[in-house]
Amino acid sequence: MPAVSKGDGMRGLAVFISDIRNCKSKESEVKRINKELANIRSKFKGDKALDGYSKKKYVCKLLFIFLLGHDIDFGHMEAVNLLSSNKYTEKQIGYLFISVLVNSNSDLIRLINNAIKNDLASRNSTFMNLALHCIANVGSREMAEAFASEIPRILVAGDTMDSVKQSAALCLLRLNRTSPDLVPMGEWTARVVHLLNDQHLGVVTAATSLITTLAQKSPDDFKTSVSLAVARLSRIVTSASIDLQDYTYYFVAAPWLSVKLLRLLQCYPPPEDTSLRSRLTECLETILNKAQEPPKSKKVQHSNAKNAVLFEAIALIIHHDSEPNLLVRACNQLGQFLQHRETNLRYLALESMCTLASSEFSHEAVKTHIETVINALKTERDVSVRQRAVDLLYAMCDRSNSKQIVAEMLSYLETADYSIREEIVLKVAILAEKYAVDYTWYVDTILNLIRIAGDYVSEEVWYRVIQIVINRDDVQGYAAKTVFEALQAPACHENLVKVGGYILGEFGNLIAGDPRSSPLVQFNLLHSKFHLCSVPTRALLLSAYIKFINLFPEVKGTIQDVLRSDSQLRNADVELQQRAVEYLRLSCIASTDILATVLEEMPPFPERESSILAKLKKKKGSSKLPDMDDSRKNVNGSTEHAEDAEVASKVPSHTFTDDLSVNSAPSSGASLLVDVFSDFSSAAPTEGSDEHFPRFVCKNNGIIYENQLLQIGLKSEYRQNLGRMYVFYGNKTSTQFLSFSTSVSSNDVLDSQLNVQEKPVDPLIEAGAQVQQILNIECVSDFSDAPILNIQFRYGGTLQNIAVKLPVMLNKFFQPTEMTSQDFFQRWKQLGAPQQEVQKIFKAKNQMDTDVSKAKLLGFGVALLDGVDPNPANFVGAGIIHTKTTQVGCLLRLEPNTQAQMYRLTLRTSKESVSQRLVELLSEQF
Amino acid sequence: MMRFLLLFSRQGRLRLQKWYTAISEREKKKIIREMTTMVLARQPRTCNFIQWKDMKIVYKRYASLYFCLGVEHEENELLALEIIHRYVELLDKYFGNVCELDIIFNFEKAYFILDEFLMGGEIQETSKQIVNRAIESSDMLQETMEEYMSKPAF
Repeated sequence: MPAVSKGDGMRGLAVFISDIRNCKSKESEVKRINKELANIRSKFKGDKALDGYSKKKYVCKLLFIFLLGHDIDFGHMEAVNLLSSNKYTEKQIGYLFISVLVNSNSDLIRLINNAIKNDLASRNSTFMNLALHCIANVGSREMAEAFASEIPRILVAGDTMDSVKQSAALCLLRLNRTSPDLVPMGEWTARVVHLLNDQHLGVVTAATSLITTLAQKSPDDFKTSVSLAVARLSRIVTSASIDLQDYTYYFVAAPWLSVKLLRLLQCYPPPEDTSLRSRLTECLETILNKAQEPPKSKKVQHSNAKNAVLFEAIALIIHHDSEPNLLVRACNQLGQFLQHRETNLRYLALESMCTLASSEFSHEAVKTHIETVINALKTERDVSVRQRAVDLLYAMCDRSNSKQIVAEMLSYLETADYSIREEIVLKVAILAEKYAVDYTWYVDTILNLIRIAGDYVSEEVWYRVIQIVINRDDVQGYAAKTVFEALQAPACHENLVKVGGYILGEFGNLIAGDPRSSPLVQFNLLHSKFHLCSVPTRALLLSAYIKFINLFPEVKGTIQDVLRSDSQLRNADVELQQRAVEYLRLSCIASTDILATVLEEMPPFPERESSILAKLKKKKGSSKLPDMDDSRKNVNGSTEHAEDAEVASKVPSHTFTDDLSVNSAPSSGASLLVDVFSDFSSAAPTEGSDEHFPRFVCKNNGIIYENQLLQIGLKSEYRQNLGRMYVFYGNKTSTQFLSFSTSVSSNDVLDSQLNVQEKPVDPLIEAGAQVQQILNIECVSDFSDAPILNIQFRYGGTLQNIAVKLPVMLNKFFQPTEMTSQDFFQRWKQLGAPQQEVQKIFKAKNQMDTDVSKAKLLGFGVALLDGVDPNPANFVGAGIIHTKTTQVGCLLRLEPNTQAQMYRLTLRTSKESVSQRLVELLSEQF
Repeated sequence: MMRFLLLFSRQGRLRLQKWYTAISEREKKKIIREMTTMVLARQPRTCNFIQWKDMKIVYKRYASLYFCLGVEHEENELLALEIIHRYVELLDKYFGNVCELDIIFNFEKAYFILDEFLMGGEIQETSKQIVNRAIESSDMLQETMEEYMSKPAF
């Protein structure tokens, strides 16, 4: 029986609750409840009209049953009836039932709304409060529609009671959150702001909550609240604690209101008005000073309330990020908390410091606490505190301490709670990449990650290490050596086998010179892991094997034997079987040339946002993450997508490299296949050295030259006025090339327009091997010619000389520009001078296909602007050519005439020579 | 803003649930289950805050009852703890040394008191005197004891 039954108890309800509590099992409880439900149902359905009290009691029982976790499918009507009772206690239970069991039944909603309307109009503050609470609790759209215009009136009316004002403010807040479009703004804005001056602190508190939410959505409308909030805050922090009477909480003056005011101020930048600003600074200083005063009470409530205000003040200081003095004080204060005996304070200090670390004023100050934070990681008993320590280490990491922090995180990982391992892995991987000065450190770190926490290394992490190794030739040899060594361990994680398989498949040749890691040793090592791996890993290993056949002709036989074995050719898994069959066939019938092309080293991946970072952002709110340097975007990213689409329709869907083209792999692998096919049709050995040149106008990768001895492949990327070209020299013969050397020459004019700087190249190319050379390119001003790459080497005693025109064209330095049709025509008119426009009408050389043309124009480097040209068949594009000296805006229009099989191309740029050159380049493409 | 307040016993029996955002019953049950397992598994003397999905969970144990508040990210954790404490004080004042049984048998009162104190996920009135006065005056509106005793039990 109830220990206390104040006011109006319901005996029947108490008996029922006792019965339920006395039930020994779930079954008997369900039985008792079903009996009660039957009883209530019969009462509700009975002929005898129930009095208000009985109705209230049964509704309350239903509510109790519902709160026990059982479904209730009747009684709503009776509850709604209670709403219009004039007995407060019945009305109150009715509202409680409705608030808890929201029913979307529209008939009922109309009845409920009616009852609410009556109560709002009753001018009885108790009833009005009940009605407002119900609206706030349900908060449905129908209610917003019915009351959103009424509530602001109640809120700002002069004769409204304080308690009703509070309810109205919070009710409006709730409706604004659920249906902002229905809450009218405007006429009452100023009066709501004025509530900050209200005498009643309860009204001010509720109004501050409302204003903060509204100010977040439309800061300009509530700008005037800043000065009022500062004034109010100032009065609170300087008041003696007794001034505020009951709003003083354990000797702290109005902590809730203070925190709400500080939060409202975080919606705005620091006040521009100097006196207001200094008043706010004074407030913040006072709050910081109070933290140093001895506590007025030993109760935890006192210190919690005081520190709550302090933390909110620090949050505002961090938000303003403009007063170095305050930021450093805040940091010192948090530093004290880091060693506090209260776990809660240590937790909050770590959390708060995390945001402080991103301010340039306090970043260094935060860093001084690194040892304390590392210590927290090692000694805190509470996993949530350790988690905060990891977050803070991540936030305070920079070039100066990255090695220490990554090392600490790695060592913590060995014993870390399972729940936070994946996140630590992601963070380590990101920091290692971000602060890698030397990529050998990066490779070591990631391999360590896999060793320590292989199960928590997500796909993104190992994809990323491969992307980086492929894009950085300075680390490829080291990576091959390191994975080779790591794979020696008798038990290694499957993720390591994946990375190892991929890297050795691409770069195993770089360590094959050492007899300890000869091709056969490498293969045997990988194959020794094969049978322990899952199907996807085995598929990847098979691809690595076929790559080995290309890299190391001497192990071809061994690998073919493996592919030919029943366990591969008749594997129950269809993917593995298909790979084995196709790879075996490919290795048997394709010539070394074809093999070398098909199985060529993967082209570099376009630089884009790290997929790991994206994953971490997804895992938790991105707010606390320092941004990675994402300026390294690939200008021509769109080109590859366009090619992708083009190629997809022509190539059989199964490409040899699909599993190896990890995640965001560029499609160039696929476009190389197209080149192979076209080489089949024009099988004649290439004589003219610039025959392939025009092919590179709209793309960046491919084979630029090939004869019986040598194949030269290119991959290039451009950003603004800079470019980088990777040149791959493949020795197609079974003899070494000696004294291999290259030089790039330009004529005198071009020399001043374009700088090409070549990195040294290995003077020796082994039989069947490929070496890579990097060319760095800088566009000084616009140019028309192309530099020549001269290659010289000794093959079987004869000196070979080859000259290749390098496909560096002006359009490579395009940056696509999106613009509206209005902007386009305005600029088009501005560039109307005769010398600025160059036009050419020419016959179509290829089939006139819209999608192909689009892909070519995107590959050319301009942005295609849809809906600008009134004729949808025409193409309109815009871009900017970046050179070191100037930037040239370019507008382009291409009008196909399918009947006549002709095109008209018009270029308008601010520079005649640019217009001229772009027309020359582009008109050859169609 | 607060998203929900749950009261549950050490055995994981839910005693009170208050939701400040519209979510489905199914989702509520899921959250209740997760909260009870998560909070009950916490070691003593750990901190009172847990990061959970996009929310902060602030919890505190009073005798046999756990009070568990789910708040949005920008909310002040220490003050959320004091919201719990203030609610306990209000219950205490009303029931006079409140215990779990009071909340079981007078669950509707526990809701009414909460409604005087919090609304729409925000604090409505922080003054203990004002809230107590409001609750007392609403009790005055209840029927008298004689009226109550004259009513049939079923």
